Amino acid sequence: MMTEILEPTSRTQSADQAVLEVKGLDVDIRTPKGIVRVVSQVGFSARRGKTLALLGESGCGKSMTAKAIAGLLDPVASVAGGVARLDSKDLLSMTAKQRRKAAGEGLGIVFQDALAALNPVYTIGTQLGEAFRIHRGASRKQAKVEAIELMRRVGIPEPETRVNSYPHQFSGGMRQRILIAMAVALSPNLLIADEPTTALDVTVQAQIMQLLRNLREQEDMAVVLITHDLAVVAEEADDVCVMYAGNVVEQGSVDTVFTRPTHPYTKGLLSSVPTDSQRGAGLNSIPGSPPELSKIPSGCVYQDRCPLVAAVCREQRPALRETGPGQSAACHFAEQVATSRTTEVRLAVGDDEK
Amino acid sequence: MSTVLEVQDLAKTFHVASGAAGTRELKALDGINLSVKRGETLGLVGESGCGKSTLARTLMMLEQPDGGTVRFDGQDPFALRGKQLLAWRRRVQMVFQDPFASLNARMTAGQIITEPFATHKDLYPSAAARKQRLNELLDLVGLRATDADKSPQEFSGGQRQRIGIARALALGPDLIILDEPVSALDLSVQAQVLNLLNDLQQQLGVSYIFISHDLSVVRHVTDRVAVMYLGRIIETGSTEQVFDSPLHPYTASLMSASPKLDPALRPVNRIVLQGELPSPLDPPSGCRFRTRCWKAQPICSAERPESRTREAGGKILLGMPGDSVNAGQQFAECHFPVESAAEAGLAVSA
Repeated sequence: MMTEILEPTSRTQSADQAVLEVKGLDVDIRTPKGIVRVVSQVGFSARRGKTLALLGESGCGKSMTAKAIAGLLDPVASVAGGVARLDSKDLLSMTAKQRRKAAGEGLGIVFQDALAALNPVYTIGTQLGEAFRIHRGASRKQAKVEAIELMRRVGIPEPETRVNSYPHQFSGGMRQRILIAMAVALSPNLLIADEPTTALDVTVQAQIMQLLRNLREQEDMAVVLITHDLAVVAEEADDVCVMYAGNVVEQGSVDTVFTRPTHPYTKGLLSSVPTDSQRGAGLNSIPGSPPELSKIPSGCVYQDRCPLVAAVCREQRPALRETGPGQSAACHFAEQVATSRTTEVRLAVGDDEK
Repeated sequence: MSTVLEVQDLAKTFHVASGAAGTRELKALDGINLSVKRGETLGLVGESGCGKSTLARTLMMLEQPDGGTVRFDGQDPFALRGKQLLAWRRRVQMVFQDPFASLNARMTAGQIITEPFATHKDLYPSAAARKQRLNELLDLVGLRATDADKSPQEFSGGQRQRIGIARALALGPDLIILDEPVSALDLSVQAQVLNLLNDLQQQLGVSYIFISHDLSVVRHVTDRVAVMYLGRIIETGSTEQVFDSPLHPYTASLMSASPKLDPALRPVNRIVLQGELPSPLDPPSGCRFRTRCWKAQPICSAERPESRTREAGGKILLGMPGDSVNAGQQFAECHFPVESAAEAGLAVSA
């Protein structure tokens, strides 16, 4: 019954069509010490029926990017430039009211902490039905019917009785399902999932990823998956956008980026993952830790931790450029990174962080 | 290798208020058997709420067990008093999960690391000796001597965890319980800390109990693994055995469900369990895993399964994990253990 509500035009477009196109996105945060740029010139596109992963460590700006697109930035943060086109309409230049209309139907978002994202004083049915009440003008009765149908779709048992329960009466996995149900309620073209499984146990994580995959296929949505977990990216995503200190440092299809990384950070991350083959042996680690966003060096953002750093890296910030078919990286020495087989083995003891 | 820690039949029950009905029993630990050898790393895995942290707290004597025995080099720490207890406390230390919450922001790194000497006064009686030990510890964990005067907020997450590790090492322990030591750290920093822990173990011969939910980390750092489910250890064995040929369906599903970076290691048929961990207040009868198990039969709800092990030739027999004859073998509590990697959902496409 959900399919009746879908806009037929958008469903017939070609598969490779970009549902979301972000270009030159800048986000600033006002702090007592001045304005800090936390997202700088970020661009990517998410294709229909595909999953794009925004990969990066804490503080790299991946969640900030998503919040800017969805119009959910904290009051201290603001978009300083760039465009984010959802179905060719720029969400960033709209008025708040226009954006609520466009993003409300066209974009769904799933947050990491499901308990914090749900309102504790309303029933699940009320919260799930709200989208239908606001955007479809449904009556309370209709909204409840829709809510039950949604709960069934995301695999919540006994939806007819559970619809009257409150968030705290559900387990962590079920709450995440409810958030997902809420995000896909209006059959959006784009689903943003911000660390959807980080708070969950591994067996429940597998369930939730399976649900997201199924929904993406049924609805032919574009999914933007924000995560710090390389294995999740490797398994779930088609394309990946690696972020570091507010910048995109490498992007391309997961297959190419993970097998032939052309940025030293991507390469360092991939070799930091414990794998079976290196059991007991020392792990390759990246020396140091990410820079504070208020103290990002001029020149390359990765210069302080990079094994290939040269004078040019300190002077000039490398632009994102093509390094292979459908792959680009922001590194002066991308070709060397791609061809060198050596990964520096640095034991942690003796390494200086920073 | 001699055994540092031996735990038998350890039980801990909490009483949880439940409205007008009074209290209900929550069996957080329900008959735990495990042993740790000198210089060995035992991994403890399981989902949240399975009792991992209660076990760690009980081993640290932060909880009083209701039953069972803990033997530390043959001694029962719960029977110790006064000086003997103080001496025992030096030998077991803990590193906590969140280096942002576990360090006192009003103390310097040096004060945090040397605070144990205030309790254990006879260990380093002079200020000069304490200073020397502090520098030794800072050097061990890869911090500079000048870092001693900085406060925790001046350090990054990885460096803070190094401070926590230095503090745990201060008294020269035989066993360190690491409760999710790297889960709060970023991947690029996590590798540094794991390498440090590995180096320290080789230098000092200390034993670790490594609690983690990250299976790839556990596989990388542990010698043996114990898998917990609802207050019981349902499978133990060498890391290789447990990861590559799990006996218990729960272990199999954990291994199968964890995402793999390398496509070649991904299982052809991934086991995705239905449902979530049942409430520990009301655990299922018989086998505790039966409500989520795809192999469950009527007997599973009627009888709690005994331990089984895999003999040479793939036969699966009854056995007791505590026996010295069976030491080092793989055991699982299941009526119908998993027989092959393919059944475990771990077969990979060639």
